[in-house]
Amino acid sequence: MEAFAWLGRRVLDWVEVLGRGTVFLARVLAGLPGAAARVRDLVRQIGRVGAESMVLILVSGLFVGMVLGLQGYNMLVRFGAEESLGLAVALALVRELGPVVSALLYAGRAGSALAAEIGLMKTTEQLAAMGMMAVDPLHRVVAPRFLAGIIAVPLLAAMFSAVGVLGGQFVGVGLLGVDDGAFWSQMQAGVDLRDDIANGIVKSVVFGVVVTWISLFQGHDAVPTSEGVSRATTRSVVWSSLAVFGLDFVLTSLMFND
Amino acid sequence: MPGGAGPLVLVEGLSFQRGSRTVFDSLDISMAKGEITAVLGPSGVGKTTLLKLIGGELRPDRGRVVVGGDEVHRLSRSRLYAMRRRMGVLFQAGALFTDLDVFDNVAFPLREHTRLSEELIRNIVLLKLEAVGLRNARHLWPRELSGGMARRVALARAIALDPEIVLYDEPLAGQDPISAGMLVALMRQLNDSLGLTSIVVTHDVEEIAGIADTMHVLSGGRCIASGPPEEIRGSAEPSVRQFIQGLPDGPVPFHFPGPPIAEDLLGMAAGGPAAAARA
Repeated sequence: MEAFAWLGRRVLDWVEVLGRGTVFLARVLAGLPGAAARVRDLVRQIGRVGAESMVLILVSGLFVGMVLGLQGYNMLVRFGAEESLGLAVALALVRELGPVVSALLYAGRAGSALAAEIGLMKTTEQLAAMGMMAVDPLHRVVAPRFLAGIIAVPLLAAMFSAVGVLGGQFVGVGLLGVDDGAFWSQMQAGVDLRDDIANGIVKSVVFGVVVTWISLFQGHDAVPTSEGVSRATTRSVVWSSLAVFGLDFVLTSLMFND
Repeated sequence: MPGGAGPLVLVEGLSFQRGSRTVFDSLDISMAKGEITAVLGPSGVGKTTLLKLIGGELRPDRGRVVVGGDEVHRLSRSRLYAMRRRMGVLFQAGALFTDLDVFDNVAFPLREHTRLSEELIRNIVLLKLEAVGLRNARHLWPRELSGGMARRVALARAIALDPEIVLYDEPLAGQDPISAGMLVALMRQLNDSLGLTSIVVTHDVEEIAGIADTMHVLSGGRCIASGPPEEIRGSAEPSVRQFIQGLPDGPVPFHFPGPPIAEDLLGMAAGGPAAAARA
């Protein structure tokens, strides 16, 4: 009975958080036109969440591509199909690893920083001060960061995939001796613009929306103490990562099930 | 000195609960236009909460708050924001925006709510900063300011849009005597020269008694005394005297309520030391 009551409480808590999060999202969305009009602030935010995550994304993408090249070669060479290495690497990156891994890295690098920043602004009453100046902090502070996240994540995913392909080529062609022409031409013939690339972009846009939403909401919903902000930061990464994996499965089954 | 044009802010039958704790229980206070009204009370009595209720940041459980004829908690969001534009708030720690320097902090409300040219905004900001004595600190960042300077910048920002009402949340907490004296003098000077109505919540009785026109003392969720500073200081009411004279024990007990120490140390009432150790 105890356990049942505990479970009920947890479910109710969760529904309540989801409700607050949805209202939060609706108010942020209402602030998007204003955020888009403040070009200078938007560019600055894109720089902070996107450009500052680039080194991490590029280095990670390179290594992931190199590992894909190595593992893919070992697998394909058994069937004498090592010339399809370029196609295998590109599909793995464009469909899955690019959107998923870059969203996870973004959640750890930029999402946690967003949660901490908004949480601290709440703790130091900056958000309340703005509200009392008749400026809605969800429009003025949160909406530009949200829009910046939606713009930055697909770009980061594209860079991740592009660098990953180069990493795969370096290992496959440069070190393991796969034919360069075959590597590129198989990729060109096999990767479909709509089925693969467009679906990959849709995925990363969805991840960008969800991860940025979760991070900003956790910061805004934080208990205004140092412990509260630290918990919010942790929760933003945990929930974002779980959401990315869960949504990736749903989106993959919708997009690639034929 | 007092404008005496009737109440600008009226709090009627206000009740507010936080969790299971009753913060206000049918509180009545009126604050006159043109005056400096001080709301006094020990820490935790709900002074900041009262400011948040007046600014419409929190909703009361019962009762109403009327500002300039408008009932705050019945306003739509846009009308609430319109009311807030007539109101400046000085937060306890200043609440300056840490990603903007002093100049941009003061310019923020002007840029958000007016279409003035940058040149005019610059002039207004410099005048407001001059009023608080920090014109030459305009290039500093909030992290480079002392506590007192941060509050003066926040005050310049609060009066940037020439509000009718300024709310001060514990403006003197943690200030050295020079800085506190400076802030108190500024509050009186700005109130009179700009024709403001000031509402100050504080527990610094001495400093504020020197400039306030009316003082209200809160205790136990109600207003237990109202009147000019001299009257409050001469009050015979024990709760008021304890607070005004800073007596450690009295109607407000020194000890947080709970079982007596004998029970905790010796387990006398709760079935022996073993039971007490578990508690």
